[in-house]
Amino acid sequence: MDFSYEQVAAFAQQSGLLYFFLIFSAICVYALWPKNKAKFDHAAQIPLEED
Amino acid sequence: MSLEETAYAVFLGLLFLYCVLAAGKALDPVFAFHATIGAIASAAGIFLIVRSFIDRDGRAEPEEINGKPNYNLGPVKFASIAAMFWGIAGFTVGIWIALELAYPALNLGLPWTTFGRLRPLHTSAVIFAFGGNVLLATSFYVVQRTSRARMPGLVTPWFVILGYNVFIVIAGTGYLLGVGQGKEYAEPEWYADLWLTIVWVAYLLVFLATLWKRKEPHIYVANWFYLAFIVTIAMLHLVNNAAVPVSIFGSKSYVVWSGVQDAMVQWWYGHNAVGFFLTAGFLAIMYYFVPKRANRPVYSYRLSIIHFWALIFLYIWAGPHHLHYTALPEWASTLGMVFSVMLWMPSWGGMINGLMTLSGAWDKLRTDPVLRLLVVSVAFYGMSTFEGPLMSVKAVNSLSHYTDWTIGHVHSGALGWVGYVSFGALYCLVPWVYGKRDVYSLKLVDWHFWISTLGIVLYITSMWVSGIMQGLMWRAYTELGFLQYSFVETVEAMHPYYVIRALGGILFLTGAVIMAVNLYLTIRHGEAEKPAADVALAPAE
Repeated sequence: MDFSYEQVAAFAQQSGLLYFFLIFSAICVYALWPKNKAKFDHAAQIPLEED
Repeated sequence: MSLEETAYAVFLGLLFLYCVLAAGKALDPVFAFHATIGAIASAAGIFLIVRSFIDRDGRAEPEEINGKPNYNLGPVKFASIAAMFWGIAGFTVGIWIALELAYPALNLGLPWTTFGRLRPLHTSAVIFAFGGNVLLATSFYVVQRTSRARMPGLVTPWFVILGYNVFIVIAGTGYLLGVGQGKEYAEPEWYADLWLTIVWVAYLLVFLATLWKRKEPHIYVANWFYLAFIVTIAMLHLVNNAAVPVSIFGSKSYVVWSGVQDAMVQWWYGHNAVGFFLTAGFLAIMYYFVPKRANRPVYSYRLSIIHFWALIFLYIWAGPHHLHYTALPEWASTLGMVFSVMLWMPSWGGMINGLMTLSGAWDKLRTDPVLRLLVVSVAFYGMSTFEGPLMSVKAVNSLSHYTDWTIGHVHSGALGWVGYVSFGALYCLVPWVYGKRDVYSLKLVDWHFWISTLGIVLYITSMWVSGIMQGLMWRAYTELGFLQYSFVETVEAMHPYYVIRALGGILFLTGAVIMAVNLYLTIRHGEAEKPAADVALAPAE
């Protein structure tokens, strides 16, 4: 099966846009999810805890 | 002998034999010289393995002492001192070539000291030798501390540090002797590239194995940035340096890419060397050392997560902005520009996160010059990541490209951001790993800060003026449509700015020499840290 340059370029551009949008949304949801707050608050203290 | 020690000894033994053979059969003198360095380094490696085996007398290093992790700090100490040494060497060569541009007779008429050979020596010495050793030292320290675990391996951490520095020596001497593959920031020839690949895989393994052993359930954000730096540099290095040597006994090789593909691969590599070596790695330093020195948690851990993922997903696409108005397809050039402009967001998100960590503790900037170095580095990061996307816009690039503006931009990032964050980190790290309370003299840090800052200001302002003037002179036409200025007229006009730039460099080096003295005094005469036991002995009320 043959694809034209335009077809390949259009597929790459549209799927790229979708991929980046979805992955960025997922990251924002993960970072801002209220249940994760306690975990992140603890993580922020890691360098300051002496051992 | 443990399996690890035996394996390294056998590997270095085989390498020694190959190097001796290669030195004998070498097709060119530089290759013979480098094979000799390789043979000496391999033999020294075997000697060190055997000596440490005899010294430890069958005992293994304990994982913990009195319930506290027994961190492996030897390699960290070595890399910190190596960073300081290479930093001063690299800054000195930078001043030398800056003066060559102002006074060309300083190339001495010798092939080894021409600008074309000394320039890669300068860039590699400051980026890979100075910056690389800072990254090795801090990453080995931070990953152990934030994982609360000793990094594994008797030989491997030392193999990484020493092997990396051998790579630096081979690369640097190669440039001086005229051997290189002509790829910017990737000049070393195929054999040096192969060696670096082996060292880098060992580095990745040590880092991952330390994370694997961690006692802390969460992987602290600094380690994500270090890991992104290590993995991405490995990928960039392998793709960009894909080459076929003419002979396995000669230094010359041919890169497999050609034409515009080669240009694109080169700048995909080149820009991500900036993005992942000089940014992601040093952001890891920011995320550990700024909170630690300010004694406050990072402003927003959530922002740091978004910062991390946005930065690594966007940076990798920005390379084509180095190739505007070339044979590169228009859409690729536009893509590079758009992604560069989008990088504003994560860059400034990171800068805000670093700066706001000080909220409520701004007064410390007045009293603690080390924290001031760290915070000013973040401010320079914000400034140069504002300037970079601006210069990637095609209309601006048509003025700025190939001019000194680019050099000024690079140095506001390199001196201001990478330099200062490294200095701040070393001023913290050296007392910590040598068990000292603080640096020998904060007053000297203050002097370092102000002298260097003056140097940076002279450097970047002179390059802005010189670069924009140069760009405008190149594009000036007379009313009859002829170019108004000949090339040599632009060179003549830039002379005073070249002198000012060299002066800025001399001030920056002066600061670094003050720092080296201060760190030496810290190690030799610094006030020892009070052991924690003393606190516990305080009388009860």
